[in-house]
Amino acid sequence: MSKEYEMVIGLEVHVELATKTKIFCGCSTEFGGAPNSHTCPVCTGMPGSLPVLNKQVVEYAMAVGLATNCTINQNCKFDRKNYFYPDNPQNYQISQLYYPICINGGVEIDTPEGGKKTIGIHEIHMEEDAGKLVHDEWGESSLVDFNRSGVPLIEIVSEPDMRSAEEVIAYLEKLRLIIQYLGASDCKLNEGSMRADVNLSVREKGAKEFGTRTETKNLNSFKAIQRAIENERERQIELIEAGEKVVQETRRWDDNKEYSYPMRSKEDAQDYRYFPEPDLVPIVISDEWMAEVKARQPEFREEKAIRYAEEYKIPEYDIDIITSSKKLADIFEETVAICGNPKKVSNWLMVETMYLLKEKGIDADRITFSPKNLANLIQLVNSKAINGNVAKEVFAKIFDEDIEPEAYVRENGLTSVNDEGELRKAVEKIIEANPKSVEDIKAGKVKAMGFLVGQTMKEMKGKADPGSVNAILREIFGISE
Amino acid sequence: MANIISDETIEYVGILAKIELSDEEKEQAKKDMGNMLDYIDKLNELDTEGVEPMSHVFPVDNVFREDVVTNGDDREKILSNAPEEKDGAFVVPKTFD
Amino acid sequence: MSLMKMTALELGRKIKSKEVSAAEAAKAAIAQINAVEKDINSYVTVLDEDVILKRAEQVQKAIDDGGISGPLAGVPVAIKDNMCTEGILTTCSSKILGNFKPTYSSEAVINLERAGAVILGKTNMDEFAMGSTTETSFYGPTKNPWNTGHVPGGSSGGSCAAVAANECFYALGSDTGGSIRQPSSFCGVTGIKPTYGTVSRYGLIAYGSSLDQIGPVAKDVSDCAAILETIASYDKKDSTSVKRDNYDFTGALIDDVKGMKIGIPKDYFGAGLDADVKNAVLKAVDVLKEKGAAVEEFDLSLVEYAIPAYYIIASAEASSNLARFEGVKYGYRTDDYESLHNMMKKTRSEGFGAEVKRRIMLGSFVLSSGYYDAYYIKALRTKALIKRAFEKAFESYDMIIAPAAPTTAPKLGDSLNDPIKMYLGDIYTISVNLAGLPGISVPCGLDRNGLPIGIQFIGNCFEEKKIIQAAYAYEQTREYAECGLC
Repeated sequence: MSKEYEMVIGLEVHVELATKTKIFCGCSTEFGGAPNSHTCPVCTGMPGSLPVLNKQVVEYAMAVGLATNCTINQNCKFDRKNYFYPDNPQNYQISQLYYPICINGGVEIDTPEGGKKTIGIHEIHMEEDAGKLVHDEWGESSLVDFNRSGVPLIEIVSEPDMRSAEEVIAYLEKLRLIIQYLGASDCKLNEGSMRADVNLSVREKGAKEFGTRTETKNLNSFKAIQRAIENERERQIELIEAGEKVVQETRRWDDNKEYSYPMRSKEDAQDYRYFPEPDLVPIVISDEWMAEVKARQPEFREEKAIRYAEEYKIPEYDIDIITSSKKLADIFEETVAICGNPKKVSNWLMVETMYLLKEKGIDADRITFSPKNLANLIQLVNSKAINGNVAKEVFAKIFDEDIEPEAYVRENGLTSVNDEGELRKAVEKIIEANPKSVEDIKAGKVKAMGFLVGQTMKEMKGKADPGSVNAILREIFGISE
Repeated sequence: MANIISDETIEYVGILAKIELSDEEKEQAKKDMGNMLDYIDKLNELDTEGVEPMSHVFPVDNVFREDVVTNGDDREKILSNAPEEKDGAFVVPKTFD
Repeated sequence: MSLMKMTALELGRKIKSKEVSAAEAAKAAIAQINAVEKDINSYVTVLDEDVILKRAEQVQKAIDDGGISGPLAGVPVAIKDNMCTEGILTTCSSKILGNFKPTYSSEAVINLERAGAVILGKTNMDEFAMGSTTETSFYGPTKNPWNTGHVPGGSSGGSCAAVAANECFYALGSDTGGSIRQPSSFCGVTGIKPTYGTVSRYGLIAYGSSLDQIGPVAKDVSDCAAILETIASYDKKDSTSVKRDNYDFTGALIDDVKGMKIGIPKDYFGAGLDADVKNAVLKAVDVLKEKGAAVEEFDLSLVEYAIPAYYIIASAEASSNLARFEGVKYGYRTDDYESLHNMMKKTRSEGFGAEVKRRIMLGSFVLSSGYYDAYYIKALRTKALIKRAFEKAFESYDMIIAPAAPTTAPKLGDSLNDPIKMYLGDIYTISVNLAGLPGISVPCGLDRNGLPIGIQFIGNCFEEKKIIQAAYAYEQTREYAECGLC
């Protein structure tokens, strides 16, 4: 019978910070652009160029550290990590080893078993991103683009506290949410603004010693992370069962082929020769500065959830969805502030908004419509100026183009007809044209009334309130609610 | 000579430094590095217990820039010294790792 | 008096008074370069005559219009070849940068140009400033203008020789372990290594970043003070740049040392110091004493630990600073390669000279896994102790006086075979860099072979003015000695 194994997993999470400029120069961090169009002597390692630290990077790193219960290293420094690779223009990366900005933190996650667990954070350090190497598929060469070189990163190094892929995902989700709430990054795995390297070892359940770990890189989605973890677990167990040794190494995950392979080459000694960066001076973080950053902290998800339940009295399910994105939560709060009706606002966000997001394949934080227009739409529905179907149509327009609903409804003649006389006329016309349905209703098949409502709506070109039509029909047939 | 530099060490340092030496140069490098290490081992005479390592000579700290874009597209200048260039990028021999 | 024998300030005054035009000065410099350069080899690059003259005319116009009015306006200058100059070849005397034309100028050069400097060319140096003789240059050694069988010192040997041989009116050098002061002393000229952080390092191609400083080389102390005043600036592009309270270095050109307390470190005058050098320096000290300075001997201590600490720190930083030269972005790339790593490796192996490789390898080793604490951290602790020793000395003295080098200029070829012997030549200059202090070397006589000797004034950090004043006062007691080349 085979033995039972458990995994020990630690994560190194790289997060691209949402600064306007690079960490050590005034080049834009904007995505895209022609190769090397966002570069200067500093981020291309020109001889004689020198780095100057972007203050916002320190503030974002500090904010993430404070939000993840870290101790802020009030005297922190940069170090050089030396290795040769052409995407790294100086052939050293400016990073932090000896005095990282944040240490000894942790976040609480919900475990798959329904409990709570704290995942320790060993440290968070600041560093610069590398450029991109584009491999020419047919030619004999690769192309180097330094647009991403020098984009600021923080690396969040966890303790080896995770035991399953589910815990890993929960931890990443948690980090992502905290960082998004802080506005420090958009944390997109698929676009590389959040990257996770998985350190994993297996051991027999109950064993005290850790096994030999490997590091797996190139994980671009939660699914890839899940698959890579399962794959690596099996690979290591197979090795152990076969009496072989797990080699401590860095492996690269290929998500298409669903396997990993070692990255190490002969030319890569993995001896980074860190030493204090002489071109940058130490960072001294005063209590006041720390307090300032702390004071700017937003309300996080947990606090929001408690307040929403108390203040807006919306169901837990709604709260969960709305607070899953800072952007959604912001829109929710701003919309309610204009038009009240928290449950209605929540419905629009949970149902129509989520539907459109999914259909268009975009994330909630890319929503562009304004709370004001959603609030106006809700007010139009409440005042019965438009009916539900029209409202959905108008909302789709708001979602795409952020149009003003009142003007749009007016210009497109979508206002509901609420004139009792006009409605009654239309209903009577439909009754006359559908004797079969009338008979059915009289015979007790009340359901047939729905058909007449539909026909009336059609007659009114959709611009009637179905509730009012229904009421008139009931009155005519003497059917009570 | 107290420090004997082995072939492996010179080989390893060559990998770190990305420098390839001929056999003759290797022998010379072993000798030079051994001599130099013997010489710098003189520091071992010195008691530095409890002395804080000094990387920066003056207590200057917190030198920052504001997060404002100051650089435009300087691609032509950046590429003007490139040994090989294609489509606005630096060209290097193909690499997979 | 021949134009070229003037100091930079004398020429500046003549240009201002319209006795001499900037173009005439430039032409005189070019003529002297043409006459002696084949014997001296001070320059890696001399700009085309029409480029120099065009610039001279442009500056002349700005002077005439009143746009430029500083004391150095229109005066021709030579720049050490490790400072970036826009559009002008900047090689660090290395093969690996043999074709490198920077697209920007270093801050110090920009400051000079703003003051109306006319650049003549780029001066020879030890490759990447690694060496004390200017013999490690890929472009051939520079010869000492006093005796072309001898080296000019280094690494700013080209700058110092160019000044001594009147191939320019002044020059910029850089000093990481003595690279301005030692060749100044060997060539009989004056050079200042300012307090770390005084002159921006932006655009200076780094050797040992925590030690490198740019400074002036000229015929006398007054020139050096005026040049330093021009190139020193607080630069936001250099995080280690220091905002100084005042940059009025020429304000210290006062012939008065009365009451100044001068310390003479006994440990600098022991074994290894050439007798002629010792006598000349002590004689100079006597002159200062006669002028009213209070002189006292003391034990500085730790002298023998400065060089080992320096070579660990400088080599470690250099191994990292020079990693960027690998044939991808600029400079030399090997012709023949099989793969990426092979290309980088061959480029570096062919592009760097022996001394540079030696230091890169030493630096890589001392930082490598398992040795970092034993070597690098140990060196940083030693540096802290050396800094402390100087701090203690400056509690008692306004300045320290020492030789700039233990000997006069060695013969060509004598130093290269024994690197450690060459390193020992920096014994009196290196600790000044480790502690970030200012130092000035001033000629104080000739040895038995007619080679120049330099006396070094070492000040506390940010106290350039004290050493400038003392050096100026000393200088007033003697004549500028010509090498006889013009």
